[in-house]
Amino acid sequence: MRRRLQNFGPPLLLIAPSVVLVGVFVYGLIAVNVNTSLTDRHSRAPADGYVGLDNYKALFSDEDFQHALGNLLMYTLAFLVGALFFGFLWAWLLERGARGEGIFRTIYLFPMAVSFIASGVVWRWLLNSAEGDRASGINRLLDSTGLGFLQNSWWSDENWGILALTLPAIWQLSGYVMALFLAGFRGVPEELREAARVDGVTEWQLYRHVIFPQLSPVALSAIIIVGHMSLKVFDLVMAIAGQTNYTTQVPATQMWIEFTRGDYALSAAIGTVLLLIVAVLIVPYLVYTYRQERNR
Amino acid sequence: MKIRGRTTRTRCIGAATVALVTAFGATACGSDGGSGTGEGEVEVFTWWAQGSEKEGLDALVGVFEEQHSDLKFVNGAVAGGAGSDAKNVLASRLQTNDPPGTFQAHAGAELTDYIEQGDIEPLTDAYSEEGWDQLFPESLLEQIEQEGEYYSVPSNIHRANVVWANPAALEEAGVDPNAEYADLDAWIADLERIEEAGITPLSIGMDWTQVHLLETVLLADLGTDGYNGLWDGTTDWAGAEVTEALEHYETLLGFTNSDRQSLDWPDATQQVIDGTAAFNVMGDWAEAAFASQDKAFGEDYTTFPVPGTDGVFDFLADSFTLPVGAPNPDASRAWLDTVASADGQQAFNAAKGSIPANLEADTSEFGEYQQTAIESFAQDPIVSSLAHGSAASVSWLTDITSSISQFGSGGDVASLQEDLASTAEGHLAD
Amino acid sequence: MSTVSTAPQPVAPAPASPSKSARARRSRGIQVLRYGLLLFFLIIVMMPVYVLLVTSFKGPGDASPDRAWLPPTELHLDGWRTAWEQLSPALGRTFALVIPASLISACLGAMNGFVLSRWRFPGANLVFTLILFGMFIPYQAVMIPLIELMQDLGVQSGVPSLIVLHVVFGLPITTLIFRNYYAGVPQEMIEAARVDGAGMLRTFRSVVLPLSVPAFVVTLIWQFTSAWNDYLFALFFSNARNGPVTISLNFLASGQLQDYSASMAGALIASFPTLIVYIVLGRWFLGGLMAGSLKG
Repeated sequence: MRRRLQNFGPPLLLIAPSVVLVGVFVYGLIAVNVNTSLTDRHSRAPADGYVGLDNYKALFSDEDFQHALGNLLMYTLAFLVGALFFGFLWAWLLERGARGEGIFRTIYLFPMAVSFIASGVVWRWLLNSAEGDRASGINRLLDSTGLGFLQNSWWSDENWGILALTLPAIWQLSGYVMALFLAGFRGVPEELREAARVDGVTEWQLYRHVIFPQLSPVALSAIIIVGHMSLKVFDLVMAIAGQTNYTTQVPATQMWIEFTRGDYALSAAIGTVLLLIVAVLIVPYLVYTYRQERNR
Repeated sequence: MKIRGRTTRTRCIGAATVALVTAFGATACGSDGGSGTGEGEVEVFTWWAQGSEKEGLDALVGVFEEQHSDLKFVNGAVAGGAGSDAKNVLASRLQTNDPPGTFQAHAGAELTDYIEQGDIEPLTDAYSEEGWDQLFPESLLEQIEQEGEYYSVPSNIHRANVVWANPAALEEAGVDPNAEYADLDAWIADLERIEEAGITPLSIGMDWTQVHLLETVLLADLGTDGYNGLWDGTTDWAGAEVTEALEHYETLLGFTNSDRQSLDWPDATQQVIDGTAAFNVMGDWAEAAFASQDKAFGEDYTTFPVPGTDGVFDFLADSFTLPVGAPNPDASRAWLDTVASADGQQAFNAAKGSIPANLEADTSEFGEYQQTAIESFAQDPIVSSLAHGSAASVSWLTDITSSISQFGSGGDVASLQEDLASTAEGHLAD
Repeated sequence: MSTVSTAPQPVAPAPASPSKSARARRSRGIQVLRYGLLLFFLIIVMMPVYVLLVTSFKGPGDASPDRAWLPPTELHLDGWRTAWEQLSPALGRTFALVIPASLISACLGAMNGFVLSRWRFPGANLVFTLILFGMFIPYQAVMIPLIELMQDLGVQSGVPSLIVLHVVFGLPITTLIFRNYYAGVPQEMIEAARVDGAGMLRTFRSVVLPLSVPAFVVTLIWQFTSAWNDYLFALFFSNARNGPVTISLNFLASGQLQDYSASMAGALIASFPTLIVYIVLGRWFLGGLMAGSLKG
């Protein structure tokens, strides 16, 4: 017993503060939040009692919330496809080494270091919806390069407005995905390539059958990272379209609105819904890595 | 072994880290922690961050610093959206127990929200000590009173149902600049002609300016009683009269600029100042925007009440409060003193384009437009503004704004009315 | 630690046999296409930077939309002046919160990472996975109770609150980075110390910590940028008077009168610190990104 304590005492001591903090701030608060979402606490005053799943029922029957969920789904799909496409393309272009590779890499990646709030300032300008004479931003550029027919109202568009916000998001995260894929490419052992060349395969076959399959774990990581960031989108909407704009509503902005008007139960419910959505993506992945770790 | 190489590299990085941290540390000095308010300071929370509103605030601060030279004014202004952004930030601060020294609140329903949530202290004692209850018009005092207590100090009165017009643009479009419109339909006929001439007939901005337009349209079509009835349940939101008003609103919105969602009111009003748009419906704070660009009333711009609302004063008033838990209550009281004073109100309103709430303030120097507003306020029936928090609670207004934002991005009248009716039902039941 | 190898790989020189010269021409064409694409994307990625720089120096004379994409007619510094006045106090506060937050969370992360990678106790993997989950949760799911918890703990709004939050919610990622780093430290070194009779704490202090500087740099850079760029916590737990630069920047940028030159100058000012960190320490920044992908 004493020996066990000597063995396991110090490590437990070292991680105890973190375990307690994460236990309280993540798991404890999630529990309290779920609890709040089941009450009728529609103001700052303590709740009168439990209302079961009424808040969730109210949310899912609210057209605005359905609209926000739809937006979130569209945004996430477009963001994932875009960031993966450009990230992969850039990594592929740089994979065999290029003159000035460092410069390309640095520039492709730098948007990652900037906050969504700061980049929102310039994208708000670029995505200005005025057309024709009053156009500025991208619409002006299109107009003056003879592509005027491509002008559109960007994020104010009634159906696809949210997709305009994926442009800045893709701009910011593609470089990150590129870095992931680049590491993946470079992790492919040179012997594999050599062996394939000796077998006389074409360059394309080499990529198609030897290298790309090696990249699937990287792609999975990229999907997880970009996907969970995308599901949490908030800053970008606040910075570009503002909190009340209908076409770009997502659950996170609605949660903020409900919070400011003091409806604690409803904002807690929105938070829980967001958590569940993210969990659908993350939990299988965590379980998968956990199993892998254990088998190592 | 490998380890050696690593330690040498490690050292360089270590040095770099130290340098980095030192560099940051040096810059970090001089920042103040805590709630951000020191002794002898009063943080005044407003949404008057720019333009004429800021000029008004600056003028008021000038008087404050004269009257209370021992105190320091700290500007807590948050820009944006008729205060809708600011109100959210404020709500968040109040909910996290981080109140400013004093904050701006519209008299009426909005103030009631704060009272009911226990966010602000009653000021009845100050009113009787200072004799403030003699200074303000009766109609205004009603809006800041609850169960026998006064809760804020009004600073100014604005009129919301004003159309601003550019005569030059109208002439260019072949429309008579001096035309008087009996109702919205007559106005819409002219808007069509202006559109054909290639000028934006009606400029508008983001959500709240659309709610502002809606409120004047409701007032035009429902009349004073009908409009007031919307807020106490005597007018049916689902009724035919409201349908008619919403159809007018839809038509009017069709005459506006397409980039409205990315503009706030100054940019929308600027289009009329520049002559790229013919009309703009905005509260009379727009007056200061024209005045500050040396535009002459009657020549460079004209105003008239929104067609159908002639003889009604669509009213809102800003007021200042004493939050529960304010860091320096005495300093906050001093600020309220200045706000109430005739000097303060004169300086403030002259710059902001509004009328003083304090009846003793000297208005003889005020501009031509303001004189018409003073006259109308004294004799016309008064209704409370929706977009500016006098008519409906913040929460109700939030729902209306969201419906209007949805409608503006391509909704139809029937579902807008359905939305508005069901939110009204919910909020009237509360 | 997976840092990307920077060594460019030489392109194989084309041999001069006739059958192969066609191939050489084709590979030359591919090279042209490759660099063309790289340059094209470089321009696209830099476009917002161009807009930021150009607009920030514009004066009232350049306000007309048809000059939107042109350089300023004359250089105006008004935008920069306004932005600096509005943002400089917030910049100081941001440093004051980001530096302690990154240092503390890095230290805790080092302790956790060491224990979880080297000094296994039963259930170590499970604890690690549970901590990791905290990295992915949408913070909206804990926000409502978090506000009340912070009030009950009596942590002041502004810098103190944000330090606590960035430390606590930074724990998962810092633990992850250190754990992956320590997984690469040769087991023999630790075993040797153990044989010498050193306890875990001493092994950690005298053998492991001196080796950890690269991981510290990665962690600090990562935490520095993510805390610097945070907007969500800042919005809920601070105000423009005591909050970080993202809050002040968003107020500056969403003003009623759109002062684009000041907002764009402000966006640049608010991004300088992270950009400098990224450009100077870019290699380690990349390392941090890699660690973020869960792959050691």
